[in-house]
Amino acid sequence: MKRTVGLVAVLVLALTACDTDTSGGGGPVKLGMSVSTLNNPYFVQLRQGAEEEARTRGAQLTVTDAQNDASQQVNQVQNFTSQSMKAIILNPVDSDAAAPAVKAADRVKIPVIAVDRGVNGAEVAQTVASDNVAGGRLAAQELAEQMGEKGEVAVLEGVPGTSAARERGQGFTEGIKAFPGIRVVAQQPADFDRTKGLDVMTNLLQSQPGITGVFAQNDEMALGAIKALGAKAGQEVKVVGFDGTPDALKAVQAGTMAATIAQQPRLLGKQAVQAAIKAAGGETLGKTVAVPVKVVTKENVAEFVS
Amino acid sequence: MSAETFTRRSPAVVWLAENGALAALVVLAVALSLLSSDFLTVTNLLNVGVQAAVTAILAFGVTFVIITGGIDLSVGSVAALSAIVLAWSATDAGLPWPLATLLGLAVGLAAGLVNATLIAYGKLPPFIATLAMLGIARGLALVISQGSPIAMPEAVAHLGDTIGSYLPVPVIVMVVVGLITSVILNRTYVGRAMYAIGGNEEAARLSGIRVDRQKLITYALSGLFAAVAGIVLASRLASAQPQAAAGYELDAIAAVVIGGASLSGGKGRAFGTFVGALILAVLRNGLNLLSVSAFWQQVVIGVVIALAVLLDTLRRRTTI
Repeated sequence: MKRTVGLVAVLVLALTACDTDTSGGGGPVKLGMSVSTLNNPYFVQLRQGAEEEARTRGAQLTVTDAQNDASQQVNQVQNFTSQSMKAIILNPVDSDAAAPAVKAADRVKIPVIAVDRGVNGAEVAQTVASDNVAGGRLAAQELAEQMGEKGEVAVLEGVPGTSAARERGQGFTEGIKAFPGIRVVAQQPADFDRTKGLDVMTNLLQSQPGITGVFAQNDEMALGAIKALGAKAGQEVKVVGFDGTPDALKAVQAGTMAATIAQQPRLLGKQAVQAAIKAAGGETLGKTVAVPVKVVTKENVAEFVS
Repeated sequence: MSAETFTRRSPAVVWLAENGALAALVVLAVALSLLSSDFLTVTNLLNVGVQAAVTAILAFGVTFVIITGGIDLSVGSVAALSAIVLAWSATDAGLPWPLATLLGLAVGLAAGLVNATLIAYGKLPPFIATLAMLGIARGLALVISQGSPIAMPEAVAHLGDTIGSYLPVPVIVMVVVGLITSVILNRTYVGRAMYAIGGNEEAARLSGIRVDRQKLITYALSGLFAAVAGIVLASRLASAQPQAAAGYELDAIAAVVIGGASLSGGKGRAFGTFVGALILAVLRNGLNLLSVSAFWQQVVIGVVIALAVLLDTLRRRTTI
């Protein structure tokens, strides 16, 4: 009972707050952003990009961390709706589980921008995301070329069932088909984690000693694999990662990582804030913005190190 | 449960019957050697040892806590925090590495003492106190590191190396910590007090054991061991990561229970915990060698954990 009263009070407050804001205008645009996890350098950079853009545009950005928990994320978005946010930036923990959060915002007519991952089963104002499938294809091409278009490849997969693991895997599988001399001999999960990348690669070297190429679906696993390969990394065995994190760029510079597919998390964050400000102003936006991914090798790594 | 029941059987059978977890490990190892020719090689078994080390060290600390009838959910986070503090103070704050290492260990100890204070003097249930610490330690690790990995000082990172071509340092650390655990449990007043508290806390109090002070020591040991585990983990990667060891507390608890400890307290041994950690590592290793699909791996791990503990409870029921 107490809870219901509280809820009603919050709702009433939210509604009145909305009213005053729309009539009054003025003041900085209030934006809410729910990030899937800040437990990962990639999303930390995404947040930094968003915060920088918000500062230059004079918007007031509140960032929350959903700690990879989809239900917590729904709560956070609901809280945003009661804080009279003008637009919400959502970086879904899970593309399917994000739909209720988007619907909650939709009911009070607050536009939602999805960033990095899309939302299934609900309409968002715009999706700002890297092209993971294209990235997987680029990774296959780069790895094949560096391996001389022949040899055995192991794939380190991300957390089973996530869209990133699925799409990168799909792109890689499509891309590697173009090289009949290359055979994928093992595909094992290492959950996007560096320690697991190290352990799984160590184990695979036992069962598949002939591996000369590794595609890791993110840089953390690639760095773990490089640790497992030791002196072989960059020499007999080529490792290609994905994301372009600072540690990975260092490894590319050092020659232990053959290449990484750089996403541009700062740019993703920045574009998401731009889209959110536009949406808050009532503009209609295109369905998707595909932020390009880039192949980073020793030749061009200097461009990415800031 | 005394050994007299088995006096007429052969010693090997007695030993296996006394160690349900060990029997499970043997079954698992035999099955894997039949399924994969790569399993039973020296290199691979050493790999398994290295991969079990961090879980085992965490689990040794948790063994103390579980024997007293408590639980420690914070060990994974505390491991990450200790390693981050070590790496941060050695690189960003410029402390010499021995001091930084002491600081890292002190952080683990301190986290354990905070847990114990909340439990013994604040009367919080161990589940809640250590759940709070799980969040606090992980959060602090993120705050200090700004969410990014920090390189470990080279001198400390040797803990992740291999001496010669065969002797991995993490395995040595695991064995040393295991022996310390065994000595504490079997040969010291502190260890006997842990069993007494887990058996019956009120009786322990009435018989003159200062329960609150013993709990302080118990959780402090768990925190300290977590710090050691975190430092070994970060050394293996030569990098301290704020998100390291997430979820390891569950592996540690599983290892302790597979090893024959009871979650209601009073039971548990260092050797059992060691075997429990090995079972988990052997299983993960084997699944990789056999190229089992990502989706099925989680199912298999769950089933084996359940079977291992089931084997142990069945054994108890038939032999008592």
